[in-house]
Order: sequence, then structure tokens, then C-alpha cells
Amino acid sequence: MQERKRYYIVLVAIGLLAVVYLGRIFSIQVMNKTYKDKAEQNAMRYITEHPARGLIYDRNDSLLVYNDAAYDLMVVPNELREFDTAELCRVLELTKEQVVKKIEKATKYSKILPSLFEQQISKEDYGYLQEKMYEFPGFFVQNRTLRSYPNPIAAHILGYVSEVGEQDMENDPYYQMGDYIGKSGIEKAYESVLRGVKGKRVVLVDVHNREMGSYDNGSEDIVAVPGTSIWSTLDMKLQRYGEELMQNKRGSIVAIEPKTGEILCIISSPSYDPNLLVGKARPKNYGELLNDPKKPLFNRALMASYPPGSTFKLANGLIALQEGIITPGTVYSCSGGGYHIGSHTVHCHNCGGLNIYTAIQRSCNTFFCRAYYNILSNRKKYKNIREAYNAWLGYMESMGFAQKYETDLPYELKGSIPSADYFDKKYNHSWNGNTVVSMGIGQGEAAVTPLQMANMLAVIANRGYYIKPHVVKAIGRKDSLITQYSEKIYSKIDKQHFGTVLQGMKQVVTAGTGRGAQIPGIEVAGKTGTAQNPHGADHSVFALIAPADNPKIVIFCLVENGGFGANVACPIASLLAEQYLTGEVKREDLERRMKEMVLR
Amino acid sequence: MYGSDLHRSSKGFDARLLIYYLSLVVIGWITIYSTCYTPEGPNAIFDFSQAYGKQLIWIGTSILLATAILLIDTKIIQHYAYHFYFICLILMILVLFIGTEISGAKAWIKIGEFSIQPTEFMKVATALALAKFFNEGKTSVEKRYGWLIAVGIIFVPVLIIMMQHDAGSALVFASFIILFYREGLSAAFLVPCLIAAFLAVFTLKFNETYAVALLTLVYIIFMIKDRTQRKKMRRNTIVFAVSILFVFSVNMLYENAFEPHQKERIDTIFGKTSDPKGADFNLNQSKIAIGSGGFFGKGYLKGTQTKLKFVPEQSTDFIFCAIGEEWGFMGTLVVFGLFMALIMRILTLSEKHRAPFARYYGYGIAGILTVHFFINIGMTIGLVPIIGIPLPFISYGGSSLWSFTTMLFIFVKLNDN
Repeated sequence: MQERKRYYIVLVAIGLLAVVYLGRIFSIQVMNKTYKDKAEQNAMRYITEHPARGLIYDRNDSLLVYNDAAYDLMVVPNELREFDTAELCRVLELTKEQVVKKIEKATKYSKILPSLFEQQISKEDYGYLQEKMYEFPGFFVQNRTLRSYPNPIAAHILGYVSEVGEQDMENDPYYQMGDYIGKSGIEKAYESVLRGVKGKRVVLVDVHNREMGSYDNGSEDIVAVPGTSIWSTLDMKLQRYGEELMQNKRGSIVAIEPKTGEILCIISSPSYDPNLLVGKARPKNYGELLNDPKKPLFNRALMASYPPGSTFKLANGLIALQEGIITPGTVYSCSGGGYHIGSHTVHCHNCGGLNIYTAIQRSCNTFFCRAYYNILSNRKKYKNIREAYNAWLGYMESMGFAQKYETDLPYELKGSIPSADYFDKKYNHSWNGNTVVSMGIGQGEAAVTPLQMANMLAVIANRGYYIKPHVVKAIGRKDSLITQYSEKIYSKIDKQHFGTVLQGMKQVVTAGTGRGAQIPGIEVAGKTGTAQNPHGADHSVFALIAPADNPKIVIFCLVENGGFGANVACPIASLLAEQYLTGEVKREDLERRMKEMVLR
Repeated sequence: MYGSDLHRSSKGFDARLLIYYLSLVVIGWITIYSTCYTPEGPNAIFDFSQAYGKQLIWIGTSILLATAILLIDTKIIQHYAYHFYFICLILMILVLFIGTEISGAKAWIKIGEFSIQPTEFMKVATALALAKFFNEGKTSVEKRYGWLIAVGIIFVPVLIIMMQHDAGSALVFASFIILFYREGLSAAFLVPCLIAAFLAVFTLKFNETYAVALLTLVYIIFMIKDRTQRKKMRRNTIVFAVSILFVFSVNMLYENAFEPHQKERIDTIFGKTSDPKGADFNLNQSKIAIGSGGFFGKGYLKGTQTKLKFVPEQSTDFIFCAIGEEWGFMGTLVVFGLFMALIMRILTLSEKHRAPFARYYGYGIAGILTVHFFINIGMTIGLVPIIGIPLPFISYGGSSLWSFTTMLFIFVKLNDN
């Protein structure tokens, strides 16, 4: 009986032990989910497949931006185990402190998601590390692509990509640390097109940090979709030529194909080599560019506000014609050294009696001051200066001034033409046409961007309308044109008046202030300008439309401290037009002179 | 005579034991195949460079061995029990001199490509020798001398195993306590054993100072309780002194007798270290593998933890991880069910048997299987320090499979008579 009892005790004891064990295993396997997560972290590595960004071509299929292979060293903090820090420091040429700091940074971002540890490691280091990866658990190398530029041009408009910041990641959860994002220019405006769609690879990693193939035969993998290529409206040759002409000068050129609003070239000088803002050297170079007193990062074409100078007379002439203040036959007389307002004089050259054609040809201040004054003093139509001024402003706005186009040009500025309220406040409701008359000749309170001036030229070239200037032509395929920027925006000026102004502009080139713009075999319309600069020598300005009767290109060129429009801006704009329209430049002497000209 | 023997055997062998055995061996092989399986690589079943290929050889030879045992007359087994015991002892001593060290234990004899571990056979031999000794009737509750010899039969191999630095295997020999208990070992012997075990654990978990403090407290309580009985007070003092000595010797053993990696493992179990990448890395990975299996498992050949070698010794000592990961709690239940059924069946058959020799032997091997099973599983889930002993019938390895097959089939044969 005693033995029987002990037999049962043994059975029960073993059974109890089994129950205790099963309880423990049940809690590990079924109750506790953390082991599953840990297992995933352990064995699965989620590798982001970064697609190559879309390429950027010019309007003639010349490559502006492409991609280079690069290798980034990534780290997953949770997977880190002890490793040979000295060896890693030696290979990557880092100090131990840097390594510690980088790991801290990565840990702060995420313990389980990969973070960029060191970007753009050399091919040699990549090969070496790839083989020794098992010695560095938690690290892995990821293939990336970096932007590369066959020609060091169009830096401002192409823009640059850089690693996403915290803000970017907050704004769009698509982005994760180490991703790149377009920060300016086309790269920014077309980020969603260019970036493609990130893919994902789930690979199994063994205990030695070696990749052992894809998880579940790749069923969880997502193939990356490469970025879509973009055809820009830019003409690579023209852009490059313009930048060459603008070297050692400050200023901006904007050339537009008026029929389409396509920007043919957009130059801001000084510029920089876009290759500087790529990859590892980016932070250092960016810092240097940022601190450069010449401000090479500043995009003058979109962001600089200049007084429009005499080229503004074109717009004012059109408004005067539209308002019926003048007709092509109206003659104003310029004498006595200019336009007198009390003791103040807007100086001019005693041009004598002028009509609108000759006034444009000679850029007569007196004529346009008078015309402007008469616009603002038209009490038959407008009961007070406010109404008259606002009507004028409305015309200006209809030609594209004082606004952003909000197309695909990031960071454009609005420029400013003050409202009547501004002057009411400034002059305590006591002002008249003469108070603001300097705006009639493009001085005074008006501030415009080179892009807006070029757009105004497009309005003239199109005889009444413009299409919002933009830099991208087609997405995906060269013939898949984008359509969102094709609307014709009409100005408030009737078509017939443009012929008048264009005639004046032709005379500028044939017999007036802009004779230097003549191109053999092509009729050019132009307008010089000299924008007053309170800080130094005046800015040299030239507006060009060519060919005058069938415009294919409008160019606005502004060279800071270049003096008279005829000096610098006029020949540069002319050379560009020649290059664009004929494909070559025959005036080699002029070309050399312009390229060699140095303006500080 | 042999003919009639054979005739009888075809009916008499216990079918359940055979089914449990075959099931476990098959589960073992399937799991070993899975731990070696690579999605890319060739996974030919008869690839003898792979563990699963070799295991096929071990299974084949084990079946031959089992058949041979079933053909032997049980009288021969009984008769040569001591011989077998001494041959194994000699082999074990030989290992001390010509043995090869594998993962810290100098317990292997290398013959060509294969290594044999005599310890595995020592377990069978000891079970047989003990059964024979008990059968000779020299033990009973009155004959303390007999008990001492029985303990000696166990203790001699343990001593040699300790010298081989194979603490895990040594611990298995404690399993004979089940046999002793069944055969009338009094509680007066068991209680001190349990107290000793408690003290050992307590000392390792905390330290000897706390242990001494605890003992002193208990001693004072007992002295106050027994203050009128001089005899009891003297007994208390002796027990107290022995206990103190024991605590210090446990500590000394821990400090000096264990290898550093064993110490780390012990520390891990007692929660003294918590560096997930250091000492208890293996245990952590083992738990992750089992835990990630969930209720139904990840599916056969789909375990990532074992396949990617996060779990150490996954085809041998940690094979349960692979089962837990790929088959989940369902797999756990099946393995537990089979083992419990096997052990219970052995015990039940032992009880029923008319010849005491089979009973002694049955209890002996039931104990060995029980201890093996619970220590092996226990170490994969962190209930027992990681001491490398295989999961019977399932773990990869020739010595282990051969010895457990021998062990079981001797019982099958004995039971037939």
C-alpha cells in the first residue's frame, strides 16, 4: 500500500512539474507578445530601397541632372553589439567621439529603424566593410544614388536635395531619417514626381549580421518605383551661355518663350556649381556658400526686388494708350532739362517734341512722367487720385506685377507696387500724380523681380496675354506635356496698343538707346533701362523681344552696377538672343568683351 | 528456444512504448532537418554532411540496436549488468586521459569523424547496476549499509563526470532519487536533501551571508521552542553547524569548481546579471525563439530564429526552440504529451511488473528521462541554468540516441518477460 502511494506521488509530482512548465511556456508563447517583436527585430531587417530620383533634361533632351551610385553606412541601434570601434574609426576616418555621437543621434531617432551613420562612403570602404560586416553587428551598407550634374549650371533653378530634417518628417510621414528631399528649385517643386516611391526589402539576417536572403520568398518586399524624369523648359546651351556671359558680374537674366510661358534660361549671378551641394561635402560647402559675401545662394531672378528702371516705361506707355491719355499721335515736349515738379526736376535730355515711338526710342523721362501724371489726374474717369492710382495698379497687376505666379518656381518673391492706401498714409491723404510721378519712369516705390519684368515682355510679345512662367515642360516622357500652366492670362490692355509699343522698341534698337542689341538678320525690339541704385553704381537693364514681329524669345537682363542699360545688359541680352535664335554667335569680339568684363 | 522467444515478442512488446519512441525520434529528425534547412541551398535528405543526414544514420543504427536488444535474453542483460557498469566506468576514466573537449566538457572519445560520449551509456549502465543491486535484496529500510553501496554505485560515475567538467550530466544522476524513494527511502533522508537543495539555491541567489543570517534566525527560533529539551537542543546545534558548513561549501564549490561560463549561466538564472547581449544572450534568444512561435507556430521550415542561428546548439541541446518556434504551443503540447505518456507508461508498467528487477530498472530510467526532459526544456525557457544535456530521442547526436534507445528497449524487453 505504501509503495502504491509512492507510485502515485511520483506520478503526481512529475505531472505537476509538467503543468508548471507548460504554464511557463504558455506565458512565453501565447500570453507575451514581446517575444514576437523581438524575433522580428532579431532576424528581419527592413531595408529601404531608395529609388533613383528622376532625371532632369533640358528642352532639347540634354541631361541636366543624373544620378551617381553611392553607399551609405546605416546603423540600427538595437542591433548593435560590441564592435571594434578603432577599426571603424580607422576605415571611416572618424574619431571615437564622433562615432559615439552618431550612435547617440541614431538612438534618439529610433532604436529599431535604421539611421544614416555615415553617408557616401567610398567604393573601397564599401567593399571592405561589406566583407567585414559580421564584425559590426547593427551596421549595414545601403545603396543610394546621389545627384550629379554634367554641367555646373542652373544651380538655382535645378535646386538641390538634402537629407530630410525633423520638420520634413513631421510634415510627411513618407520621409524617414536619412531620406533625401528636394529643398529648392525643380527638385523641391517636383519632389513628389522626382523621388519615386521607396521600396522595402525584408531580409533575414543571421546572428552574425549576414544577410541570408529575403524573408518568406520576398512576399513582403515592395519594389521601389524609380523617380519620374522631367523635361525642363530650360535650354541648356542658352543657360550655360548666359552664365558664362554673367560671370564676374552680379545680376540676373530671365528668358521666356512668350507663346508658352516656358522659361528658356534663368540666371542669377554669382551662382555656384550644383555639384558642390551633393553628398558628404554638402554641409561644408553649403556653409561656405551661405557665408560668401557675394551671396551665391541668393536667387536674384526670383527673389531680388529691383526698381524696374526705364523698361517700366513700356508698361506705362501701354496703360496711357489704353486709358486714352495718349494716342500714337500725341506729342509731348521735353525741354528745360526735364520734368519739373515745383523745385524738383526729373532730369531728361531736352528731347524736344516726342510721340510715344520716339519717347520709347530715346527713353524720355519727361514724356512718361507727363503721361503718368495725366493717367493719375484723369478726373473725368476717376473721381480722385486713389481711384486713378488703383486703376493704374490694376493694369500693372494684369501684366503680372506685384504677385507670385506660384507655378513651379519655389521661393519667388512678390515684388511690390504700393497701393493707394500706402500713399494715403505716407502723405496723409494729400498726394497727387506728381507726388508719385517717378514710378512713371520705373523709379520710386515700385519694386519688381527680373521674372516679373520678363513676364511683362511676354505680355508685349504676345500682344496682350501671358502664360505663367514655368520651368518644367513634360513629366515622364518628353511628349507628355504638362498642362496646368497653359492658361492665357490677358492683361487689361487692348491688343492694338502693343503694336505701338513694339514699334517704339524696334526703334530703340535701330536708332535709339539700344543699338547694341542689333543682331544681323533678325529684327530685335528692345528697351534699355538704368535702375537707380542708392547703394552704388546704377544697374544696367535691358529688355529684349526677338524677332520683333514673331517673338520667339523675350529676355530681361539686369546687371548690377553695370551703369547704363546700353553698356552691359543690352549686349548680353542681344548675344543670348543671337545664340538662341541662330544657334551660334557671330559677334565674337562682343562676346569676348562681355565674358571678360568684371564688375564688382 | 530463441524461436519461441521471437514468437512471443511479436505479441508482447508494449505497443505504446514503441509508438511514443518512434514519434519522438521522427519529431526529432523532422526538427533537425528544419534547423539545417536553407531556402537556397540543396536540402537533399540523404546528404550525410548535414546533421539531418547523419541523424538518419543514428536512427538506422538505433533501430538495429533496438532489434538486437529485443533478441537478447533478459537473463543475459541481468547477468552482465555489473560488467556493463564497469566497462562504462573504465571508458569514462579513459576519457579523462584520451578524451576530446567539446564545449567545455572533456567527455568525448573521438573515433574518426564521430565522437562518442561514454557518459550517455553510463546512465544506462548505472540504471542496470542499481536494478541488479536492488534485486539482490541487499537494501531495505533496515539495511543502511546496502543504501550506502547503492549511493556509491551512483556516486562513482558522478565523481568522474565532475572531473570531466560536465556538471549537467552529473546532475542527471540525481534522478535515481525517484527509484530510492519508490523503494522505501525514508522521508528522514529526503527532507535533508530538500533542505540542502533550498540552501544551495538560496546561497547562489543571494550570498552566504544572507544564508547564514537565515540559518541563525531559524536556529534561534528552534532553540527557543526546544529550550526545555536538551537532546533536541543538541540536535539543533548539530544541524545548524552542518548547515553553515554546507552553505560555505556550496559557495566554495561555486567559486572554484565551476567554469566561468557555467558561473555566468548560474548567475543568469538567479537574475544576478541582466546584460541581454552578454551572459544570458543565449537564454534570451532561446526564449525569443520559443516565444515568437505563438499558439500555432510559424509553420514548418519557417522559423527565423533557429534558422538564422540566433539560438545556439539548436539541433542538440536547444532543439526545443525550433519546435516551439515552428509549431508553437501546439508543438509544445505534443512534445510534453509524448514525454509524459512515455514516462508515465514506464512507471505504470514498472508497477505492474511481477519481477522487481524490471521495476527497479523502470524507475531508474523514468527518473533519468524525467530529469533530462525537465532540465533540457527548463534551460530553454530560463527555469534551469544552461547545462548542456540533450532532449532524449529528439536532440541530434549518436551517443545520446543510442544510449536512450538502449535504455528504453532494455525496458521494453524486460517488460516482455
